Amino acid sequence: MDDTRRAVLISGGRATLLALAVAAGWIKPEDARAEGWNKSAFDGRNLDEALKGLGAGEPAQSKEIAFVQTPEIAENGAVVPIGVASALPKTEAIAILIEKNPNTLAAVFDIAPGTEAAISTRVKMAQTSNVYALVKADGRYYVASKEIKVTLGGCGG
Amino acid sequence: MKIRGSLVGDSTEVKVLMNHEMETGQRKDAQGQTIPAWFIQNVSVTWNGKTVLSAQWGPAVAKNPFLSFKFKGGAKGDRIVIHWVDNRGDQRTDEAIIG
Repeated sequence: MDDTRRAVLISGGRATLLALAVAAGWIKPEDARAEGWNKSAFDGRNLDEALKGLGAGEPAQSKEIAFVQTPEIAENGAVVPIGVASALPKTEAIAILIEKNPNTLAAVFDIAPGTEAAISTRVKMAQTSNVYALVKADGRYYVASKEIKVTLGGCGG
Repeated sequence: MKIRGSLVGDSTEVKVLMNHEMETGQRKDAQGQTIPAWFIQNVSVTWNGKTVLSAQWGPAVAKNPFLSFKFKGGAKGDRIVIHWVDNRGDQRTDEAIIG
């Protein structure tokens, strides 16, 4: 790495770093553009606000969406494993929403063609709540839900 | 970041463990001051330069985030690159070879 580039890296803001990452071939320009963050959806304080922010309207209930390796009871709300699998053709995105968290939307995953419509992650839950798995498939929205009981909340302090 | 890519049939299973506080912005410190939110907002996973998964996260993703998924294809020796950006603009890129 030459001195100029190091100086840019040290002083640079996010835009500069992104540009460098693009230049270095780590990220394609279209990926950099895709790095938006849906503030209005993540700011939503209830299911309706989050769904509105996502543009999901009133999603249809679907039995083609399953929770996998997701507990009925979480002893520790700070680390709750959640897996969602969609059998809906052309699944484009999977979102996890936790009704009783301060902000309902936890995560959105964009599923590229060729990627299995199944993701596993770990979330925080403030208290016992319904958890919704929202799926966008072929341009339409579908949902399934599951109650997870929390023994010890994960947002206290 | 700990990244593991392993072949399962004709797919590659990716498992990632990232180091990040994922501070919610809901907690208060000993002086009663709110601890500002600090969390990963964007994640992308590329295989041979092609994006296989991208994600937007809120602060409800657990501390030291875990992510697992599979994509079709992949061969021993292929490169998987994972990149994240947090709400302060900090970012990290790491890669692993499919084994």
